Amino acid sequence: MTAADVFKRPAPGPSRDYRFPAFERLTLSNGLGVVVAPVSKLPIATVVALVDAGAAADPPGQEGVALLTARALAEGTEQSDGADLAARFERLGTALDASADWDSAALRITVTSERLPAALALLAEVIRVPSFPEREVERLRQERLAELLQQRAEPRGLADDMFGKFAYAPGSRYALPDGGLESTVDALNRSAVGTFYGERYSASSTTVIIVGDITVERARHMVTDAFGSWTSADVRHVAVSDQPAATTRLVHVVGKADAPQSELRVGHVGVPRLHPDYFSIVVMNAILGGLFSSRINLNLREAHAYTYGAFSSFDWRRGAGPFTVATAVRSDVTDAAVREILLEIDKLRDAGVTDAELTLATSYLDGVFPIRFESTTAIATALASLVSYGLPDDYFDTYRSQVRSVTAGHVLSAAQAHLRPDQLQVVAVGDPTIIRAPLEVLGAGPVLTYDAEGHPTS
Amino acid sequence: MRLPIDTFRLPNGLFVTLSEDHTAPLVAVNLWYHVGSANERLGRTGFAHLFEHMLFQGSANVGANEHFELVQGAGGTLNGSTWLDRTNYFETVPSNQLALALWLEADRMGRLLPAMTQQKLDTQRDVVKNERRWSVDNQPYGTWWEKLPALAFPPDHPFHHSLIGSMEDLSEASLDDVAQFFATYYTPDNAVLSIAGDFEPSDARRLVEQYFGPIPRGTNRPPLPSMELPPTFGESRREVVIDAVMLPRLYLTFRSPVFGSDEYYAASVTGAILGMRRGSRLHRALVRDRQIASDATAFTFDLPKGSDLLVVDVTARPGIDAGVLESEVAREIDTLHTDGVDATEVERAVALIETDFISSMQAAGDRADKLSLFATYFGDPRLLNEQVDRYRSVTAQHVNAFARSRLGRDNRASLLYLPREDDTERAEAANLAATEA
Repeated sequence: MTAADVFKRPAPGPSRDYRFPAFERLTLSNGLGVVVAPVSKLPIATVVALVDAGAAADPPGQEGVALLTARALAEGTEQSDGADLAARFERLGTALDASADWDSAALRITVTSERLPAALALLAEVIRVPSFPEREVERLRQERLAELLQQRAEPRGLADDMFGKFAYAPGSRYALPDGGLESTVDALNRSAVGTFYGERYSASSTTVIIVGDITVERARHMVTDAFGSWTSADVRHVAVSDQPAATTRLVHVVGKADAPQSELRVGHVGVPRLHPDYFSIVVMNAILGGLFSSRINLNLREAHAYTYGAFSSFDWRRGAGPFTVATAVRSDVTDAAVREILLEIDKLRDAGVTDAELTLATSYLDGVFPIRFESTTAIATALASLVSYGLPDDYFDTYRSQVRSVTAGHVLSAAQAHLRPDQLQVVAVGDPTIIRAPLEVLGAGPVLTYDAEGHPTS
Repeated sequence: MRLPIDTFRLPNGLFVTLSEDHTAPLVAVNLWYHVGSANERLGRTGFAHLFEHMLFQGSANVGANEHFELVQGAGGTLNGSTWLDRTNYFETVPSNQLALALWLEADRMGRLLPAMTQQKLDTQRDVVKNERRWSVDNQPYGTWWEKLPALAFPPDHPFHHSLIGSMEDLSEASLDDVAQFFATYYTPDNAVLSIAGDFEPSDARRLVEQYFGPIPRGTNRPPLPSMELPPTFGESRREVVIDAVMLPRLYLTFRSPVFGSDEYYAASVTGAILGMRRGSRLHRALVRDRQIASDATAFTFDLPKGSDLLVVDVTARPGIDAGVLESEVAREIDTLHTDGVDATEVERAVALIETDFISSMQAAGDRADKLSLFATYFGDPRLLNEQVDRYRSVTAQHVNAFARSRLGRDNRASLLYLPREDDTERAEAANLAATEA
């Protein structure tokens, strides 16, 4: 090797094949779904019990009950109180993570393989015979209220919640945070939790996903032992309204006095997860604002130094989740940052992408695929999305060829169909005395102002 | 669970660790430079981190935005981070792209300066100032990152000052500083390179020798001043911060045995007994039973020199007075200090730590980073394979000895955050009392 060789970029060697871990899907006689992916690299396993009991199923006026119910499961069963349950899980070297997103409730544990049977039995106890002690439900409700209180001083979470409020029509579940607001959490109690549990939690609405150092046969036995006698009930299908709040562009300034930065969210209602343009949209978003080397990040961070980082995303849900550009910029360049974001969206819709950009995005998404699934947790989460959205079993095997088949033409069509500049809602959480007037001059749309609870101040 | 670990050293001093795993076609490359904010000179707080940003701005054979582009275009992930005593750079790539990752790291270790310009420095300085606003200034409790070390370490100690740096010092940083810092600290004999995942050792070794071999060793690296500190503060310290927060929060810290020492593992287990997960003492007592806190955790900084810090972090429930929060936390610590723990609590803590540890060894990038850590701090990456046993050997007696010697009132420093409104009300109450008097 000469000195010149040291300066020359090395070419890749021949690539090795990769397959997403093989998994089996079964249904127990009581309707409970089971997915098992044996992965024997390390003596560890992850279990996700996925229940069709997400925030989208919250009854009107009780927004937040899905999350409260999921959290309350581990607070007491017919056999144990909450402190005992925590101790029983933790002596097995695992801690139960119980939460709910829009579409599902999920109870997750990661545990060494030798302790898996005991941990799985405990998980079943928590899901099947929770007692929802009044005192603990009330404590968790108070903890959610504390989260909401903290949020008022935390600009990132506040901007996310405000964006939901301004993007979705008032009747849409998506207009409120998944954990609910003070007004709806105030209405929750043990009885609301018990009713929600009764309506949504049952063998037929649950899938137990096990990934790790275990065979399919052993996993099937274990799940049958733990869940086989659980009964099934009819669980109502939920349809979420994903109507937008406005059909014209508006600028919403949420006041945070003396803020040195503005948290910006620019976007609108996006598309449901099962949309046929999914792969074109994923590639389009990578180029617009998904990658570090995306247009929006290179513009706002590397060219203008307005921010530490700027990214765009489509939030995938069963209904149409939002498309959002998110960044935090120095207060005095808030208007300029909004202008650049709007320009990048227009440019992409007008002129599409270059071959180099397309190659960067598709080779990233294709190449990084194995790196996304190094842990049992990551594989279990991927399988949970497969179950939750009803994706085909060969979804992960065809993912990479689907990505590679996206063309510049597909990206342009996706940008024109799914980015709608006229309907963008611009949310800025920041110091109104600095940012309001320049945003009015910018002329991106009528400027409305609010306090940190979202009440209009103008 | 034992990972295969091999090591070798190049003539220029670069220490290399290799750990093979062929379960997936991917490989992680991880470089630790033994330099962090502790090495910054007076008036240049934040420089080590700003410098980290400059390493993504290209090198002699890599263009301005190309580093990210080349790695992501190869299907890889990448980043870097700066800590008090080290800076790391890492990527995980498909295994057929190992040469690219090594070449990129070597090009910036050997030939960074030709790519440095005033414009790039000015841009990254502004990016970092925005990072400071985002993570510290515009974030509730965000200043704890700089206020806690400032409270816990004496003013002349290398860990005392702010890692992210002050706006003034960031403004002062120059291209000369970049050149000098690079020549002093970014040399092969001040670095550890770890490669973990799907590779053939002979190929990897050949590539490392080709790309890193020609880079000259460094000279005149100044030693750090003494880091040694007494084992306790010798007093109770307390600082109150009035901030734009909604709820009081207490950060209570203790000087604690340095990372890697036998006593460290007892301290780490004590932290887990106090604040790891919902079955921990503080969570159970303060969040569940007495309902005066909305959250409670504990953790260690894991510093291998001078003194480590054990930190307890407790946030009040709405309506709970900060004084109550402080006295109840103190009561829990006093109880642990005097009465100690039982074996069940140690078992719970060790079981949780062990699962987390095994789980964290799944990703090649995490394995490579831990190999670099043990190689940098102790010259021996094989210590990674000893960690589970070291935790398993901790007994209640070890924890109690630690609690008795380190959790007393002579070794506590409190950083208490109070909401602004609170301050106003208290000031009003004080004024009212004064008027009535």
